[in-house]
Amino acid sequence: MADTMQFDLVSPERKLVSAQAREVHIPGADGDLTAMPDHAPLITTLRPGILTVVTAEGATDYAVTGGFAEIGAEGVSVLAERAHVTHEVTQAMIDEMIAAAQKAHKEAHPDVVDSAAKLLSDLVAMGSRIGLEPKLS
Amino acid sequence: MPSLKDLKNRIASVKSTRKITKAMQMVAAAKLRRAQEAAEAARPYAERMTAVMSGLAASVGNSDSAPRLLAGTGSDQTHLLVVMTSERGLCGAFNSSIVRLARARVAALLSAGKTVKILTVGKKGREQLKRDYAKYLIGHVDLSEVKRIGYDNAHAIARDLLTRFDAGEFDVATIFYNRFQSVISQVPTELQVIPAAFEGGESASTLYDYEPSEEGILADLLPRGVATQVFTALLENGASEQGARMSAMDNATRNAGDMIDRLTIQYNRSRQAAITTELVEIIAGAEAL
Repeated sequence: MADTMQFDLVSPERKLVSAQAREVHIPGADGDLTAMPDHAPLITTLRPGILTVVTAEGATDYAVTGGFAEIGAEGVSVLAERAHVTHEVTQAMIDEMIAAAQKAHKEAHPDVVDSAAKLLSDLVAMGSRIGLEPKLS
Repeated sequence: MPSLKDLKNRIASVKSTRKITKAMQMVAAAKLRRAQEAAEAARPYAERMTAVMSGLAASVGNSDSAPRLLAGTGSDQTHLLVVMTSERGLCGAFNSSIVRLARARVAALLSAGKTVKILTVGKKGREQLKRDYAKYLIGHVDLSEVKRIGYDNAHAIARDLLTRFDAGEFDVATIFYNRFQSVISQVPTELQVIPAAFEGGESASTLYDYEPSEEGILADLLPRGVATQVFTALLENGASEQGARMSAMDNATRNAGDMIDRLTIQYNRSRQAAITTELVEIIAGAEAL
């Protein structure tokens, strides 16, 4: 069994990462999951969270804010709307995203208010995980 | 017959025009390279997105639970045309070719008794469309302040489209843009984004598990798909604009060069004519003595 697989992290503007990975931790919409080589084919949407890629050189964390991941025979590709290496994420970025989510939550239609609330709390959780405590108003 | 001084001024002014067009051509060439790189870099995302969505659409598309973004509203009475043009002129037939295509489409839709709404991106197209179709214009996106088109711009346009769609303002949305083929050829293209249309909607070859559900993912992906398509169109348009400007300015530079040559010949001829006339006068004067 191959012990690495192709991993691609793609944002709309460019390809961020393309590497051989041993395992990838993905913050799936229904819960976290880890993809390793020969994982069953799966497509899942992402919630805001930390994506960890383990390569031969070590692990790298990326903060992603939604998108989807495709796990196939040839490897894993993650299509994220915004993705940053965690140490590049600044307090200002988190605050801005949370402010946008809060606004969306307040204006949300009653049908989608739950998902807006979940998005907000996922963002907050992501912020605290990187050690950037979001300012909650 | 212009005087020697007139000709000289004329040559000087054409020369400075040539300098400007030459500089614009070089700026466009540099920008084109950047725009092409951006379009290139955005391609993997768009391709994956389309691949996954068409696979999903093929498996969910025919069921009753298909989202409205995919299945449509069940009517095609109101059409929204999103016409993407540039913010600046001096780029050859770039804007007029898009507007011509859009205009033909508007005329066809109107004669078929449909309602037409137009959303313009870029002020050049707006100016041209305002003449005939001012009453159909419902909005305008101004990108003149944007130096480099990012996903955020596309996202904003897509969100506007989706809000209007949810409010029932239109049934079908089509974007018009120039697809970049090469520096000398840009193809005006129309692309239907809502309801989403996929070419070759075959099922994905691998059988995927879906989390949460196929419908859930599709509902999440379709709005993103719209944004991606808008983004691709914006980037293609950006590259096309620079390409068109580059070849237009190349032509202008060459024309200016030809003009300078012609004027220089004319200048030299009239100078010689003046000298000859003077000589003849002097000789005639000498002989008369």
